[in-house]
Amino acid sequence: MLKIRNLHARVGGAEILRGIDLDVSPGEVHAIMGPNGSGKSTLAQVLAGRESYDVTEGAVEYLGRNLLEMAPEDRAREGVFLAFQYPVEIAGVSNVYFLKAAVNAIRKHRGIPELDAVDFMALAREKMKLVEMDESLLTRPVNEGFSGGEKKRNEIFQMAVLDPRLAILDETDSGLDIDALRIVAQGVNTLRSADRAIVVVTHYQRLLNHIVPDRVHVLVDGRIVRSGNASLALELEDKGYGWLEEQVASGRPATS
Amino acid sequence: MREPAASPSAFASELARMEPEIGRVGPLWLRRLQTTAFERFRSLGFPAPRDEEWRQTSVAPIASTSYVRVDGVRRLDRRDLESVAFADLGCPRLVFVDGRFAPELSRLDALAPGVRAGSLREAFESHPEEMKPHFGVHAAWERRAFLALNTALFEDGALVVVPNGCDLAEPLHILHVGSSPTAPVVSSPRTLVLVGNHARVSIAETYVAPGESSYFTNAVTEIVVGENSEVAHWRVQCDGGLSHHVGGVHVRQAQNSRFLSLNASLGALLTRNDVSAVLDGEGVECTLDGLYVARDRQHVDNHTTIDHARPHAVSHEMYKGILAGSARAVFNGRIIVRKGSQKTDAKQSNRNLLLSSDAVIHTRPQLEIYADDVKCTHGATIGHLDDDALFYLRSRGVGLAEARGLLIHAFAAGALGRLSWKPLRERLEAEVASRVDRATIPGEGS
Repeated sequence: MLKIRNLHARVGGAEILRGIDLDVSPGEVHAIMGPNGSGKSTLAQVLAGRESYDVTEGAVEYLGRNLLEMAPEDRAREGVFLAFQYPVEIAGVSNVYFLKAAVNAIRKHRGIPELDAVDFMALAREKMKLVEMDESLLTRPVNEGFSGGEKKRNEIFQMAVLDPRLAILDETDSGLDIDALRIVAQGVNTLRSADRAIVVVTHYQRLLNHIVPDRVHVLVDGRIVRSGNASLALELEDKGYGWLEEQVASGRPATS
Repeated sequence: MREPAASPSAFASELARMEPEIGRVGPLWLRRLQTTAFERFRSLGFPAPRDEEWRQTSVAPIASTSYVRVDGVRRLDRRDLESVAFADLGCPRLVFVDGRFAPELSRLDALAPGVRAGSLREAFESHPEEMKPHFGVHAAWERRAFLALNTALFEDGALVVVPNGCDLAEPLHILHVGSSPTAPVVSSPRTLVLVGNHARVSIAETYVAPGESSYFTNAVTEIVVGENSEVAHWRVQCDGGLSHHVGGVHVRQAQNSRFLSLNASLGALLTRNDVSAVLDGEGVECTLDGLYVARDRQHVDNHTTIDHARPHAVSHEMYKGILAGSARAVFNGRIIVRKGSQKTDAKQSNRNLLLSSDAVIHTRPQLEIYADDVKCTHGATIGHLDDDALFYLRSRGVGLAEARGLLIHAFAAGALGRLSWKPLRERLEAEVASRVDRATIPGEGS
């Protein structure tokens, strides 16, 4: 579904991604871990089409198409979804209005009839239950005045409504207390399916107790230095990232 | 038919020709007032750039056009107005064409009992004394050229009298139409609203044109709000794209009254508005909201004055602007707190959204505070569409144009938050959206 080859990206002159290779197949959950500043969030943003990052080298193929050539909205319409680390507050635009516009833009793109207000509300109510989100948040401006936990639930709620093929969760666990973490993780697990791939970007292992990944990749200094199964995450929890960073610094090959 | 002359004093020459017609009808005091105001205008002349109040706005385009007063009554058909935005709001309306009353287009049968609404000129014939304490008193024309000019030249206008205790559920619409004659025309519509005590009324005053032509609207509205009364004045200027518009709204509020002004400027090539409110009683609440949308080479200047003349009064002011193309805008918000006006609470804010790098905004708060126990806050912001918000919307599948539209709409809606009347609010939102769309497509921001 997703094939990343030798991906390099810069922001403001600094090279953040320095040759990423990654393959994700439908039905899989991949975790991307790594220390702060390793490029995890940059990778997530580049995949979603953030224009402030310059891709200088490499290729990304999504469902057989060149993802890097597509505008952010076209990626979303083709099924790419990014749950933001810092969801943006948008004053004056209600959550429900925004999400209905998004749903219908995607439906229109796919050639299926747009939803009217009644059908959309029915869909929204059903999906809100997944993340135990308060219905009053629907009519409030997008993320405005939401607590950290409410913002993250709102991201997963949007994901559930938009029904993506490839979901990228960027630090969805940050700022969540234990209960919120459990609810959000349950929401994500409900959305696991044979034709959907999920990429979980996280600094800590704790989210992976709830969302058990098929593959774990460690990103250090813009490169994937190690890949493994779920047990790699536990090893990192135990040993930290230091040993891998030292390995990279000393130029020893990182083996998986 | 005269060709428009390009001389810097072309309008002054036309005005000199009009002199014999000034102050020829109405009660003696009115004729004297008009003659004096005309002399006053001639001695003041058009505002020059050295005038502090006009530093950022040149009236040369007005002064150099040979505007004439329209000959006779121009007949407009109801159908001429059908497709014109803000012409029909579905409520009782008074219609003025080039500043003259058009009873055949007006609709007053549904007006609440006790309320009087009609031609100012007719009222000067029937009840001249009722207007005398107010007309030309609240709009202080002695030092202001365009107020003096309107006072001298006005031929007719709207009079609305709301008696004590009268509560009007339905808004009243005063429609001013520029009729698009072939020669450039000056019209001087005048409105006087007298609201008694314990009364409530909402008035929409709109300026529109069915076609594109060169005309100059110099409008003045005076509003007197009685004790414990509540008045909303929603003013929408949607004049033709080649026209010039100078507008004044001058309000006096008695104690415990509430007044809300919404001043929306969408049309005209050159706009200058002066909105002033004198809070002449304790316990007064005054709200001045404004929205201006300008594109291409439009210029819009809003000067507001809130005069806290008595203690224990509250004022809120929120002006928002959306500027595209090479539009220019000016906001000057003056707040005066008189000596002894303790416990004044005044909040002012001016926010601007610039959609192009060629657009320019001059914004200036002007606080004059002569009392010590007061709260006055002001703030101005100038920004562009938020890239983070745009990306967020797009990452959910919303297209770029729609995402921009959503954000602009949300920004504008912030200035319309206190406009409670849905029919007008929806029309305003739609008109703002269509103007911004036309301004930003194609190639804007590149």
